[in-house]
Amino acid sequence: MNEASRPTEVPTDRNAASDEEQELLPQLVAHLREHRTRLRQEWATRIQDAHLLEAMSPHERDLETTSVYDNYVEVLETGSVEALQHYARDLSERIIPRGVETQEVVGIVLLLRDVLARSLFKKYQQDFALLNRVLDAYEPAANRIANTVAVSFVDERERVIRQQQDAIRELSTPVLPVRERLLILPIIGVLDTERARQLTEQLLIGIRTHRAKVVVIDITGAPDVDEAVANHLVRTVDASRLMGASVIITGLSPEIAQTLVTIGVDLSKMNTIGDLQGGLEEAERLIGYTMRRQDGLVE
Amino acid sequence: MDNGPALVSILRQGPYLIASIHTALDDAQMERFQRDLIQQIGQHRSSGIIIDVGALDVLDSFGSRTLRNIAEMSRLRGALTVIVGIQPDVAYAMVELGMQADAMRTALDLEEGLVYLSRLTLPPSAHTTSRSGVTR
Repeated sequence: MNEASRPTEVPTDRNAASDEEQELLPQLVAHLREHRTRLRQEWATRIQDAHLLEAMSPHERDLETTSVYDNYVEVLETGSVEALQHYARDLSERIIPRGVETQEVVGIVLLLRDVLARSLFKKYQQDFALLNRVLDAYEPAANRIANTVAVSFVDERERVIRQQQDAIRELSTPVLPVRERLLILPIIGVLDTERARQLTEQLLIGIRTHRAKVVVIDITGAPDVDEAVANHLVRTVDASRLMGASVIITGLSPEIAQTLVTIGVDLSKMNTIGDLQGGLEEAERLIGYTMRRQDGLVE
Repeated sequence: MDNGPALVSILRQGPYLIASIHTALDDAQMERFQRDLIQQIGQHRSSGIIIDVGALDVLDSFGSRTLRNIAEMSRLRGALTVIVGIQPDVAYAMVELGMQADAMRTALDLEEGLVYLSRLTLPPSAHTTSRSGVTR
């Protein structure tokens, strides 16, 4: 490139720029294809030096980095990130359960971007003007790729988290029929507002489907109950009553009992019984069951 | 006002009146329902009333207050009231609105309501001799 031709390319006309790009990118792609093995090797070494992807075996790492490389070059060639997006999501799905972190995935893509940029730099360093244009063509595409991979990874991770949250939510409020018309609802773990809301919903629906007369809510497994949750429990008891079921609360720990009285939650209308066993006995009495142990079966 | 399909049916079943609300009622319709029902307690000498709200998926504060008033008015006229069929969402909404749940008797559905009433009111034979034949 001589000095005379410079001014013609300086105007940053969009069309001119994209023409440039279209003309230069195939060159880049050809270069990256030609030196595929060497560049990939260099990249792999850099990944190792940076201690990335250590959760994967060397063989797996080799396979995945090859695919990433090929996908990367393909995006540069076609300009379409669709295939890469698909691959990145697929890859994320495979590696997220292995504990690969976001920074590692972003890290390897940025490393590749760097390795390739350096190689381009080396190839075109004699001609500064051309190098400039090459980088102008390369950088936006490379940025788009890094962006796509990172977003796909995070999307996938969020999807997994959402899925797990749903699973926990479903598991965390089991409404169990123990006798005809008697339900128990064991609460294990921290009761937050969202879970308390879920619990009420499940319980009221459960009362309807099982035609329950008595419900025993056992909170032995709940480490803490704050004022909001306690008030929510009171409302749940009231709503259950409107549907014709009485509620017995069991397993209030000494700490919770003290907290509730100290903060002044009005639980006078709540039917509470010390433990689950007592609660079940009371529930059976309310429904009209009489239990009798047969003599001689135990001891 | 008397035209159109019936929004509420009030049926007599032995010593009980069974009122089914078929669709959401506006305030005027709710008041008319209250008037009709309280009147019929005397006509049929009923000892119990079941109001079935199973078809309702909303019940506003006026609605719940009217139901509570009906319960109190019919008590004064010698009949016990049981509200049956409250949907889960409605139940929770009523509590959220600050309804006192223990202010009215409730049961899961019509069947439960009948069992509930038969336990709380005198048997029909005794009822015919005593207008105020209501326990509790």
